[in-house]
This record gives sequence, structure tokens and C-alpha cells, in this order.
Amino acid sequence: MQLTAGNISVSLAGRQVLHGVDIVLEPGQVTGLLGPNGAGKSTLMRALAGQVAHQGRIEIDGQPIIAMNEADRAKMITWLPQARVLSWPISVRAVVELGRLPWHGWRRALSQVDREKCAAAMELLDVTGLADRPATDLSGGEQARVLMARAVAQDTPVLLADEPASGLDPAHQISMMAALRQLAGQGRTVLVSLHDLSLAARWCDRLVLMKHGLIAADGPPDEVMTNTTLRDVYGISARIGHDACGLWLAPLGLTGGESDNE
Amino acid sequence: MSRPVLISLLTVLGLAGFVLSLLIGPARIGPVDSIEALVAGGNEAAMIIMREIRLPRALLGVLIGFSLGVAGAALQGLLRNPLAEPGIIGISASASLGAVLLFYTGLAGASFLALPAGALIGAAICVLVLLAISAMQASTITLILAGIALGSLAGALTSLVLNLSPNPYASYEIIFWLLGSLKDRTMDHVWLVIPLMIAGWAALWASSRTLDALSLGEEGASGLGANIPRARVLVVCGVALCVGAATAVSGAIGFVGLIVPHLVRPLTNRLPGQLLLPAGLAGAALLTLADIVARTVIPERELNVGVVTALIGAPFFLWLVIRSRKELF
Repeated sequence: MQLTAGNISVSLAGRQVLHGVDIVLEPGQVTGLLGPNGAGKSTLMRALAGQVAHQGRIEIDGQPIIAMNEADRAKMITWLPQARVLSWPISVRAVVELGRLPWHGWRRALSQVDREKCAAAMELLDVTGLADRPATDLSGGEQARVLMARAVAQDTPVLLADEPASGLDPAHQISMMAALRQLAGQGRTVLVSLHDLSLAARWCDRLVLMKHGLIAADGPPDEVMTNTTLRDVYGISARIGHDACGLWLAPLGLTGGESDNE
Repeated sequence: MSRPVLISLLTVLGLAGFVLSLLIGPARIGPVDSIEALVAGGNEAAMIIMREIRLPRALLGVLIGFSLGVAGAALQGLLRNPLAEPGIIGISASASLGAVLLFYTGLAGASFLALPAGALIGAAICVLVLLAISAMQASTITLILAGIALGSLAGALTSLVLNLSPNPYASYEIIFWLLGSLKDRTMDHVWLVIPLMIAGWAALWASSRTLDALSLGEEGASGLGANIPRARVLVVCGVALCVGAATAVSGAIGFVGLIVPHLVRPLTNRLPGQLLLPAGLAGAALLTLADIVARTVIPERELNVGVVTALIGAPFFLWLVIRSRKELF
């Protein structure tokens, strides 16, 4: 489903964080959301997930999300926050099964379909072997994968994931991105915020760069990832190249120009 | 342990507490005679003891224990904190203050309803203030801090009343009531608390899905479609109904709401919403058994059950803490 956001503005504690952002997310694509700390990435994702009061309109296939109740929205949009919170030593399987909560009826019992979706999500994120361990005992990277599996189990047309790959080892970063591509390949609309530019360049179909609460660049990775844009948005220079597998990028140093990190 | 097995075991334990509570007491009536007097009547003295003394006491033990257990489990889930207990949001202190004020003014003797009514009004005022504050500033931390402040204020005012109390006998009566007891309650007390507690259980049960979702934090829960402000109101009102009603008829009984969730949590999948029923059943078992101890451990001199729960509860809690920090969660 297409997620359309027009002229989104958000103020937090009296400070305007987003200044009229327009973004359209297409199904079947992994869109990477990039930008320096404080650029407004998380706030934009929260607004798209209906988690923060905003001005402007956000629609899924023409249906305004503001008109949906929380439960219906949770069947359309999965929101994976950046903060990885696990309050009780719940088993990995039980955490993933929480993803089915929006789909439960009154009886709370998991159906066969629920169980299959959870098993598939755990398989996709390579956490099946951890299923019976308390999630609080796991390493940070393992917890990240468990929480992503929980998000995948929610099985909604739109998936918004805030920095799901941070803290993962390279192999699991790659398999996390591959998992997102697989989900997009099934027709889902995926938006993922990332700090790792080379990961973003390689694995996203489209990149959106934010700066100071506005969108600074938006397009396919090889159009967006230029030294001009990287200098303007991050204040860095990078070596950028193409090979048989696609775009690659290695940050080299600060450009010493305008500092964009707030 | 699977959930149906656990629930069945705890139900049996709760029923055992209830039956033992009926059978054990200073009047020596055999088990068969007890049940016969309770059900069929017969011997008039035995019938009065069973129907008017032991039955209300055993029923209140079950109802109050269940309520305190459920309320503790729900609050720990909402606040995502294993140290939360019904007292933390100030309800029991406010209910106690309401009752104490009635002692002080002498209205307590007017009717059997006066004291519970005072306690319920105290609890209701506390809830209204909490809800007003959480409507202004929607955050769970604000709720905890406001609850602690209200509880402390109610505690200070209770001390003030004791300070100003006209004679030592009045202070003694107040202190004794504050210790918590199930002694000399009647079926009227049972009928009074039943509707309040059922409403409280229903409110807490209605929040159970959100409590489960809150294991992933407030942001994570809200992404799962949980309505957190609604759950906050449900839990605060549910706890107030449970604990307000309990305090109204028994005085303050501590530690049950804190300990019971910890006792049963390791036997469940640890999701807070799914802990509610087991915690309630375990609370009923614990309180009825503690009440039996309270009235049998020293013959001739009955203890207040609030003293017994604290005496058992506090060291037990310490042991839990030392044994394994992990098991606390």
C-alpha cells in the first residue's frame, strides 16, 4: 500500500522539528531514511506511524490514518522504535508473538496462522535457535533481531523501522537488510532509518536524506549519494563507486565546511 | 508449567485456604459439624459461629487477597517496575486517612457503613486527583510521582490526626485499625465489597492486553495498537476499586500486592497481563493462610493479619532479592 504524507510539521516541547515534509512511500520498495542526528528522522517516522501529534495529512492508499483507531492502524502499519525496550524476562518466542496482538480477538489464543507467521519471522531474522531463551539475557544485537522478528510477525502492509541495524555485526546487518528487501519483495512498503551509509547505498531502492527537519535529497541511491549532497547534509567527503553488485561508499573525512550536526 | 495447570493448582490452593479458614478457629467444632452447621443449620451456636463469624472472614480473606494480588500484578505491569505495589499510587494511604478521619470525628460508630464509606471516599479523592494530573500530563512517571506524593500527604495527615487525637483510647483504636484485620467482619461487609471488587477486577482485566504490550515499552506498545492513556485510567481505577474496597473493610494489609506477583511470575510466561489471574488466586490463598496464622499462632491473643503479612512478606522479599536479582522480574 502506498503511504502518502503531505506537508507534515511536528513541534516537540515548543520546538519545531519537522517543517512541512512531503514524502510518498511506494509498495515493493525499501526506502532508506538518512540524515545527521537531530535531523528529524525518528520524528518523521513516529508521525507516519501515527505516534505523534502532527499537522499535515498522512494517508494509506488514500485513507487518512488519523481517522483509524489504534487497533486498526496497528493492522496497517508496524512501528519498530529505535529504543529497544524489554521490561520482563520474556522468552524470545513470547516477544515475537506479541507482534500478533493487534490481530487477536477477545480470546487471546494464538491461531495456527499466528504461530506460522511467528515461526517464519523468527526464521527470517535468524532467531529460531534463541526461541526459548529470555530475551533480556541476549546481547544487544540479538535483541535487535528479536524485536525486528516481532515487527515482521505483525505482518502489516507498511513497516517503519527506526535504526534496526545499529549495533549488529556485519553479517547480521546484511541479513537484516536482506530481510527487509524480502519483505518489500512481498509487496510491503518499507521505510528504514540508517546511519550506515554504505549499507543504505547498497540495500535500499531509494534514499531520502533529511536535514534540519526538511528533506534535502530524495531519489535512487546513485543519484542521492554524491559528494555534493554528503557535504551539504553531513559535512563529510566520501569515496563513491560502482561495481557489479551496485553502489559502494566509504566515508573519508570531514569537509570542514558548514557543520550540520546540531 | 502450562497455564491451565498453574491456574488449576492455584485455584485448589485458594479453595484450600478458604476451607481451612472455615474449619479453624477458637471454638472447637469438628470439620463435619462445621460444614453441617454452615450448610444445614442444626446446632444454633455452631451455626452462628459458622455463618456469622467464620464465613464472612473466610470470604473476605479470599476476596481481599485476590484483589490485592491482581492489583499488585497490574500495577507492576503498567509501571513496568517489579517494585510497584498498590500502595505506590497512594490509594491505600488515602483510604486509611478517610477511615481514620471518621474515627477521629466519632462518626465511625454511627453505622457499620460509616468506616468503609470514609475509606472509599478517601480512595476516590486520591483517584480523582491522580486522573486529573495524568490528564494534564500524560506520563507514567508523573503518575508514580504524584501517587507517591499523595500517599505521603495522606500518611502525614493520618499522623496529624493521631497527634490531635483526643484521648489515648481513640489513638489506640486508630492504630489497631491501621494494622489491618479480618476479625469480626459481617456478611454486610462482604456484600459491600463484592460489587466494587468485581468492577475493579473487570477494569484490570480489560487492560491486560495493553499490559502485555507494555513489555515492549510505551512506544512499542502504542505501535501495537495499545491505547496507553486508556490503560492508565483503567488500571488506576481498577486498583482504586480493589484496594479502596479492601482497605475499607480490613484496614491496610501490606505486602500481599508486592509479594504475590513475584511468587507466581516465574511460573508463568512473565507477560504482565497473563499474570493477573494467577496473582489473584495466589493472593487469595496467601491471605486466607496468613489470616489462619494470625488467629492461631498465639492462642488467647489474636494478631492482626496485616502484621502477619508484613512479618512473612518483608523477609521473604529480602530473600527473593538476594537469591536472584533476575527472578524479581
